[in-house]
Amino acid sequence: MQLNYSIEGGDFTNAGNASSQVKKILKKLNVDPKITRRVVVALYEAEVNVAAHAYRGEIIVDINTERIRVVLKDEGPGIESIENAMTEGFSTASAEVRQMGFGAGMGLPNINKNADELNIKSDVGVGTELEIITKLK
Amino acid sequence: MKLETILKLVEGVVVTQSELEGEINFGLTSDLMSDVLTLDIDDAMLITGLNNLQTIRTAEMSDIHCVLIARNKKVSKEMIDLANQSNIVIIESPFGVFKVSGILYAKNIKPAY
Ligand SMILES: Nc1ncnc2c1ncn2[C@@H]1O[C@H](COP(=O)(O)OP(=O)(O)OP(=O)(O)O)[C@@H](O)[C@H]1O
Ligand SMILES: [Mg+2]
Repeated sequence: MQLNYSIEGGDFTNAGNASSQVKKILKKLNVDPKITRRVVVALYEAEVNVAAHAYRGEIIVDINTERIRVVLKDEGPGIESIENAMTEGFSTASAEVRQMGFGAGMGLPNINKNADELNIKSDVGVGTELEIITKLK
Repeated sequence: MKLETILKLVEGVVVTQSELEGEINFGLTSDLMSDVLTLDIDDAMLITGLNNLQTIRTAEMSDIHCVLIARNKKVSKEMIDLANQSNIVIIESPFGVFKVSGILYAKNIKPAY
């Protein structure tokens, strides 16, 4: 099963829509609630990152019986140092984003904790691509 | 602890139609959503001063079914609609987060982390 969503930078009203839909679908598919939480928390953090740090993005969610693979591809400023970005507490979030309750610099570390596999590719000035894989068994 | 007991203690008002299944045993107080998203228990309530749609989204993803918005802040219709869809109870309380947390902690609501 493949699902597609899009996100706009700065759109904090719709950020989370994809995670919400995926959560409902995983519930219907009777996926273990603990695994579902790991998938949707990682996806939600990644979705918010596109809203907070990029201009626009596409999300592809691919589900089979073995695993869930989520890819988020955005057009945006990219990440200069992935190592820094993966460090707890590192954040370049704007004042506006902080006012929304984000910008603790915990999102990427949190995604990493929840994923069985996380791959990040980023081109400065072009955009960022995240691949998040969670095993269902 | 039953929802009714919590409401009495914090002079809270429920603004949603959702039904709370079971009781609340754990609490966490935070305005940082990434912090909340590290939670890994089910029967916790969130006490927060952060009054926006992403507060409810965060609760939804973290399997939090009760959110208390402190200090007399009025939640928006969008937040209430989303909470109703996700079976989340929203409580408005006139007390600040420190007072709410202190009262519930003293009555044996355990820290979620
Ligand atoms: N999609 C992205 N595009 C550009 N930069 C990004 C992207 N995602 C993350 N970053 C960069 O990596 C940093 C760390 O991201 P992370 O999600 O860990 O923290 P945050 O988003 O700043 O705060 P939090 O997630 O705790 O709310 C960001 O502040 C930003 O500089
Ligand atoms: Mg983030």
